[in-house]
Amino acid sequence: MHTETHTGLDSPRGIWWKPAHKAERMWVAIAFGWCMVLFAMMPLWHLKGGQNPSGIRRRTTPQAYYARTMEFIKQYKVGEDRGMPIVAPPPGSDVYLMALTFQWQPILKLQQGVEYTLHLSSLDMLHGFELFPINVNFEVIPGYDYGLRVTPTAAGDFRIICNEFCGIGHHTMVGRIIVVDSAGNEVAQSGGTR
Amino acid sequence: MSADVYRSCPVTGRRIYSQADALIKANAVVSVVSLLIGAIAAILIVLTRWQAVHLLPADWFYRLLGVHGMSMLIFFIIFFEMAVLHFASTVLLNARVSAPRLSWVAFGLMVLGALMVEVLMWAGKADVLFTSYVPLKAHPAFYLGVILFAVGALLVTGVFFNNLVVAKREKTYEGSLPLVVYGAVTAAIIAVITLLHGAAIYIPTFLWSLGLMNVDPQVYRLVWWALGHSSQQINMAAMVAIWYMLGALTVGAVVLNEKISRSAFVLYILFISMASAHHLLVDPGMGPAWKVVNTSYFMYMAVLASMVHGFTVPAGMELGQRLRGFTNGLFEWLLKGPWGDPGFSSLIFSVVVFGFVGGITGVTIGTEQINIMVHNTLRSPGHFHSTVASGTAMAFMGATYYLIPLIFRKKVAFWPLARIQPYLFAGGMLVFVMAMTFAGSFGVPRRHWDISFSQAPFDVQFNPAVDLLLAVMALGGVVAATGALAFVAIAVKSVFFGEPIGEIVPGVEVAGLPRGITHPPIHKPNVDQLNDELHAGKTWRLGPAPGTLILVFVFLAAFVLYFFTNWKLLSAVWKIGS
Repeated sequence: MHTETHTGLDSPRGIWWKPAHKAERMWVAIAFGWCMVLFAMMPLWHLKGGQNPSGIRRRTTPQAYYARTMEFIKQYKVGEDRGMPIVAPPPGSDVYLMALTFQWQPILKLQQGVEYTLHLSSLDMLHGFELFPINVNFEVIPGYDYGLRVTPTAAGDFRIICNEFCGIGHHTMVGRIIVVDSAGNEVAQSGGTR
Repeated sequence: MSADVYRSCPVTGRRIYSQADALIKANAVVSVVSLLIGAIAAILIVLTRWQAVHLLPADWFYRLLGVHGMSMLIFFIIFFEMAVLHFASTVLLNARVSAPRLSWVAFGLMVLGALMVEVLMWAGKADVLFTSYVPLKAHPAFYLGVILFAVGALLVTGVFFNNLVVAKREKTYEGSLPLVVYGAVTAAIIAVITLLHGAAIYIPTFLWSLGLMNVDPQVYRLVWWALGHSSQQINMAAMVAIWYMLGALTVGAVVLNEKISRSAFVLYILFISMASAHHLLVDPGMGPAWKVVNTSYFMYMAVLASMVHGFTVPAGMELGQRLRGFTNGLFEWLLKGPWGDPGFSSLIFSVVVFGFVGGITGVTIGTEQINIMVHNTLRSPGHFHSTVASGTAMAFMGATYYLIPLIFRKKVAFWPLARIQPYLFAGGMLVFVMAMTFAGSFGVPRRHWDISFSQAPFDVQFNPAVDLLLAVMALGGVVAATGALAFVAIAVKSVFFGEPIGEIVPGVEVAGLPRGITHPPIHKPNVDQLNDELHAGKTWRLGPAPGTLILVFVFLAAFVLYFFTNWKLLSAVWKIGS
């Protein structure tokens, strides 16, 4: 069964609601099945997978978030690099990272294999959190606190690149996360050498 | 109402009214001028991202990136779509323009809006890139320009629907709307949804820029992408309609089954307004359930629609060719296609690059979790340069090679160049998007002036392969932009200084006329009987289009492989989420 032979430029005459050839029906059925697989993977990964963008999501204000981050820095500061505080929070704690044109504050010192709740927010523009070279990316939005449970699976010296255009100095916006191994030692550089 | 003058198309015999003629021409010309601006910006941008050349200073890089996005994705594409809407609702139906004066007012508004946007961007008063994410702030007139443009476009969709009603009432055609027009209706309906979202975000943002109200940055992203991505679905619907049209014009492609093709168009309409979601997969504002349901366009029903068209378009071409006598083997219909006809080669490349590269990457990277390793890296522009910038642009270019003789009644200028232009553009784009996608896999961010981070507090050492990839990306980009500029040169020369087509004698090759015009693809006289035989499975057990069936299974295998490879890669990154 098929419609009278015509092209897409011609008006079909009469009733054209007719069953398709079985080859065409088969392709539609297979494509539908594949779409179901595509769909099922997302809920499945939430149940079984280790990487999901869900986390604690809260409204905040730039002022409140700034105050919370400064308190966090004061509490756990262990040193400085290029005038930026290095902060080593205890395992399992809430970690605050703030984005502002054109910096990531503070520098974080985390431990391999330990879970933290990493909070991200911005004090001004939209910013993009990109953990380099792991290639993990999140959007950072002023007024929203995104708290993600993260477990660094490897030690190293990582970078945070801003990958959302935030103004003319966007390309200078780089932060740092140091992950020490389970013995507490810093290991070879993985993000950079400077 | 002014007297409606019309002429008969020398090839198809359809009535073409002079008002429709003029509107199609005006919109197409502005579209091509926008393409020229966008292509020049493209060359300067890729030569900046190639770190060894690093052509532009930072401010001009970001400025021209904004200009490139607006000129290409908004002005080039949408002006062309306005031409398509005028064309589909008049020429294809032998009908007149129901409201010519309003159509010209709409065109005027769109041109005015586009000029305001371009002037402010070039003047550095709107360095907010294409997305203009709040709280980055542009001059208020920038937002006003976008609003005027959108109002104009909305008026054109109104005229389009009215044209259909008038054509039906005046009985200019018999039976149902042709499938190509049906596709254009789909595009127009999605355009209305999209433009309403546009109003919902640009009007508040305009007021915000004047200091009259607040706009939440997360809400902005949500509503803006309901404009930004839904507009890509206008492009897609228009592109698929053009696939059916070019198939018919170049090889006599037939419609396999009206029910299936039209139902697929309806799926686009039903699920498209969820398109905003997959830009927000790693945003803090929405929860996982919202993300899963919306990002899949409700369980991938819009993807299903594209996979259906991805079969029915080439299958229609295969069947059309078989009905013309190209019956040997599985692929004679394709291998003996009119590869020197730029309408045909554009069509093939559009289908292949859109489907194989753009479709597969898009669905995969738009998956909630996989997006974690893709968001805002170069993989993202790598994807949409294969869908809209390759697929849609090539479909529009291919259609132009037929519009020039059929609507402008001119020969296609620089004919030898025109014959290779699709190869140049498609080849360049393919190299460009591949290099871009791989660079993105190494974590190279998009929209970034300097990944050597020479002015940053900490150094960032990319894999050495990245330097090579960015160089290849630049070369591919320059070749593709050259292809686009060649198209602009061909279109401008043909339209303004072209030779009139003269009399067309069927079967006589003429330089400057695509083969589908000089050798119209006519089916064998006993076409219905042949069609019955092919459907009955006497020749091929795989049905009327066996070659296509094999090709779509190759496609599916590539899709499955790419999809699960990405899950595998994802499982290797830090543990994230609960």
